[in-house]
Amino acid sequence: MLNFVIRRLLAMLPVLLAVSLLTFLIASLLPGDLALVILGDQATPENVAALRRDMGLDQPLWWRYLSWLGHVLQGDLGRSFRTGQTVLQAVAERIPVSLQLMLMAEFIGLLIGVPVAIACAARAGGAFDRFMTGSAFAMLSMPSFLVAILLIYLFAVELHWLPATGYVPFTEEPLGNLRFFVLPALTLALAEWPGIMRVLRSDMIATLQEDYIALAKAKGLKPARILFVHALKPSSLTLVTVTGINIGRLLGGTLIVESIFALPGIGRLLVGAIYTRDLVILQGVVLLVACGFVIVNFIVDMLYAVLDPRIRHGHA
Amino acid sequence: MSGPLLTIEDVAVELPTPRGNLRAVDHVDLSLEAGRTLGIVGESGCGKTMLSRAVLQLLPKKAKLSGRVMFDGQDLARLDSERLRQLRGRDLAVVFQDPMTSLNPVLTIGTQLMETIQEHLELDASAARARSIELLAAVGIPAPEQRLAQYPHQCSGGMRQRIAIAIALSCEPKLLIADEPTTALDVTIQAQILDLLAREQRRRHMAMIIITHDLGVVAGRADEVAVMYAGRVVERAPTPALFKRMHMPYTEALLAAIPKLDAAPHTPLPAISGRPPDPTRPLRGCSFAPRCRYATGRCHEAKPALTGAERPDHLYACFHPIRMAEGVGA
Repeated sequence: MLNFVIRRLLAMLPVLLAVSLLTFLIASLLPGDLALVILGDQATPENVAALRRDMGLDQPLWWRYLSWLGHVLQGDLGRSFRTGQTVLQAVAERIPVSLQLMLMAEFIGLLIGVPVAIACAARAGGAFDRFMTGSAFAMLSMPSFLVAILLIYLFAVELHWLPATGYVPFTEEPLGNLRFFVLPALTLALAEWPGIMRVLRSDMIATLQEDYIALAKAKGLKPARILFVHALKPSSLTLVTVTGINIGRLLGGTLIVESIFALPGIGRLLVGAIYTRDLVILQGVVLLVACGFVIVNFIVDMLYAVLDPRIRHGHA
Repeated sequence: MSGPLLTIEDVAVELPTPRGNLRAVDHVDLSLEAGRTLGIVGESGCGKTMLSRAVLQLLPKKAKLSGRVMFDGQDLARLDSERLRQLRGRDLAVVFQDPMTSLNPVLTIGTQLMETIQEHLELDASAARARSIELLAAVGIPAPEQRLAQYPHQCSGGMRQRIAIAIALSCEPKLLIADEPTTALDVTIQAQILDLLAREQRRRHMAMIIITHDLGVVAGRADEVAVMYAGRVVERAPTPALFKRMHMPYTEALLAAIPKLDAAPHTPLPAISGRPPDPTRPLRGCSFAPRCRYATGRCHEAKPALTGAERPDHLYACFHPIRMAEGVGA
């Protein structure tokens, strides 16, 4: 098992390196000279040239990449030229919002998707299965801004149960904080559960055909035990992958949902950085989010091993 | 208890397929006394596995079952699912063909053994554990205590089949159905597993159905043999009587298809030519007639009934039974 963990960790290194290179290239390839952006349109060519020299922008690309990477490895991702905040400060300020949104959305998504998938698979082809598969498909094709607006209309405008937009930190007002998060999390969850449900449903249906399920029935086990113990665990590998990808994706914030509900998360930070051409922030945030994604995937790999002993023992 | 433990009465299984209804089991009658062994022999697709699934009530959802499966005084086909569940694993156990797929890959051997025991017997975890160790030892697994924490993939095929047998034996069933229990195993392991089954059967006085395509498997082990072809029982007799004098040409052909150790090198095996009939298009006459070397016009016209012309316990369905030969050297 330890061997497995070490192998996976080593495999992450080249991925992280590639991620840093891509992040850097994308930021450098964006049109617009950073020095020009900082100095504004009143700048003299001499000033611009001087700033370019100061910032190392006159150096070749590979040199700039290596020096940026060197700083990153020392924990220095740079500083916004607008706010003077470091990338780490800016992210640290926003990440709790995106993290909470992600956790709540995934939780609600799994809470809906997993039981529905199990119920559908247990009676595949039945009325409930057909209805839920159809509903999932319908939900999947609704864009999140539409769902968000419908939810706001129903729960905020008509029923006055929940606030439409806004945010208070959990530490200041726990209940108020949760109330602000319900609608955005629900918006995301309504887009998450169909994927969760469809993946788990089809894996469960395949697992239920296995010989060992027939034997579990022949052993006279209770139907619930067969479904939850014998069938769910071997069927959940794809589910874990999908959930991992979802988490990784939501980790980077959600531009649309955070904007609609006015949540100050990573997504809004990114949008702001793009509008203001704050390349340092943009580059740093993208790198951190990508690293987060890689780490989530590492955790998913570890979960595989927990779920399937054959992977743990290197047999599969 | 008086009367047989298991009686299969006029059981038929039909499976709907895109090409029409497939008659997998065609009105079969069988019975089995407590403590006895019945061998069901036939080639792939003859309905022997479907018949066993009908007894276990583990048929595919779409399958249609008719007839009665009387087990221990109750009709399994009419039992509600909860009563059936309590019976399965406790009185009625099964060993499947392929131990590589019949054990759950993500649960430990201990879990898979103990869950059956705890489901049916009122034992606490430590008693169930002790019983599991006992069972593993009884089926010849060395260091049974360590095995409990292991997963199926850490055991060899023969070992897994022993574990599957231990699971089947765990609640002292009255009837054990072994569906091709050795087909997926190495030849060297096959005899060991069959001997293990026979030994445990005697020790526990349980009835057993061995399903196989190999007449050699049932030769010394079953009290009675039923030969199936195209969903029907075509010959049924006490094992010694069958091997002494088989009447059905299909049985003879099955036996001839087994390689003989004393045959000269390069002797071609007398394989049964042709294939079993399409089960979605039943023949009017005897279903073996197209492949039978004794078949006459009558065989293609009418279906011979399963009757015992000479002795009441030796039944066969054939118009032209083999009468004289001592079989083909068992």
